[in-house]
Amino acid sequence: MSEFSATYMRIIADHKLDCLGLFCPMPVLKTRDAMKQMAVGQVLEMLSDDPASDADMTSWVARTGHELLEIDRDGAIYRFLLRKTR
Amino acid sequence: MARSTASSSERLGRLGGGVTRVYLDYAAFSPVDPRVVALMRPFLEGGVGNPAAPHSLGLEARASLDGARAKVARLVGATAPGVIFTASATEANNLAVRGLARRAAGRHLVTTTIEHISVLNACRHLEKQGWEVAYVPVDGEGRVDPDAIARALRADTALVSVMAANGEIGTLEPLREIGRVARARGVPFHVDAVGAAGRVPLAVDDLGIDLLTLSSNDLYGPPGAGALWARADVKLGPIVVGGGQEGGYRAGTENLPAIVGMGVAADLARAEGGAEVARLTALRDRLFEGVLERVPRARITGARGAARLPHHASVVVAGVKADGVLLELDLRGVAASSGSACNMASGVPSHVLRAIGCARDELEGSLCFTLGRWTTGAEVDAVREALPAVVERLRRLAP
Repeated sequence: MSEFSATYMRIIADHKLDCLGLFCPMPVLKTRDAMKQMAVGQVLEMLSDDPASDADMTSWVARTGHELLEIDRDGAIYRFLLRKTR
Repeated sequence: MARSTASSSERLGRLGGGVTRVYLDYAAFSPVDPRVVALMRPFLEGGVGNPAAPHSLGLEARASLDGARAKVARLVGATAPGVIFTASATEANNLAVRGLARRAAGRHLVTTTIEHISVLNACRHLEKQGWEVAYVPVDGEGRVDPDAIARALRADTALVSVMAANGEIGTLEPLREIGRVARARGVPFHVDAVGAAGRVPLAVDDLGIDLLTLSSNDLYGPPGAGALWARADVKLGPIVVGGGQEGGYRAGTENLPAIVGMGVAADLARAEGGAEVARLTALRDRLFEGVLERVPRARITGARGAARLPHHASVVVAGVKADGVLLELDLRGVAASSGSACNMASGVPSHVLRAIGCARDELEGSLCFTLGRWTTGAEVDAVREALPAVVERLRRLAP
């Protein structure tokens, strides 16, 4: 998490999704399915260690219109915070 | 040419409960050649043992297994002992990339941005273990520049992996030049030959190939079999361990019916491939010509003419979504695809279309028609008729 967001706007995720160990396209598919179960405005935290998931998630939100609030990286593990918009 | 006279519509129509069907999705699944099925039958119905068994039925099974090995090797001018049978081309790609990595001194791989997902994810698997991977980009037709491969090589590069032909856009890659580059630097060269084997000449010695992936179903053999050929001096480690079958490189009792079928399929491809390629090329070009003439704002993706797979026609149609077009075509009895099942499901635009620089309004309108042994001129004409109407209808409906 960036220093700014850590200090000023710690976002609490409503749901968490563990995609560690999986490869493209599974993190995107599981994220899509998880978002379907959520209410508009809720936030999903998704963890993935697939090196492709950064590019995949970025292009998935561009297509679907959901909001990608944060991408953090701790070593090989990405942490995505996504807000459902519709 | 001695081959079944039934068209794919008749063959697949029967499967679909009598529905007349135009089947142009051979890259996703090919009907198994009836001659292959006939020769597989005894291996399913009994009278054959486990190739590892000590009795005479085991010996016969072993002889059949080695016979299939020789047939598969012959298709690509390779040595039979180098053939390792697997359950799929995906598994063969995994064995090539991850199996080689297990024994390699280096920590670096060179591949391209448009490989099949099984090669890409095998590379990503290694990245998670600390390997570095160079994903070499391609030009607007999906062709890799051999000089770019040369520039990506490092002192610790353990493998170069480049596909023979891309399954989404049909482009053939310059294997001979890439093979020369890899050989000059002493780096093993892996080629995923699915789509190309049996359709374009692939002699491993001629092209400087050290590892080669094949699919049974792609050759009109049964699903459930694939193979990796490895040159004798390439060191591999197994990724499936167990009872030491396939020279210890792939454990698990061999799927003998499917492997025998793959051998027969490879033999048929070698014997009949030439005539089939000429026939399919003519049908492919007739399909292209009709689509480009009659569908406004459609253009070919990938290379043209002899620089692409003979049975592969792919286009993007700007301003329409492929899933809508495919649904409408299906209602009219035409089965085709967008080129990649994986991307259809996830909703992420295809990595191949992104790599060749497709415009935003084209990324979702990719259509892929793959022809095969039973494709008829009437089937191609059905697409020439149906597609313009489908696209026009969808464009009228779109806001």
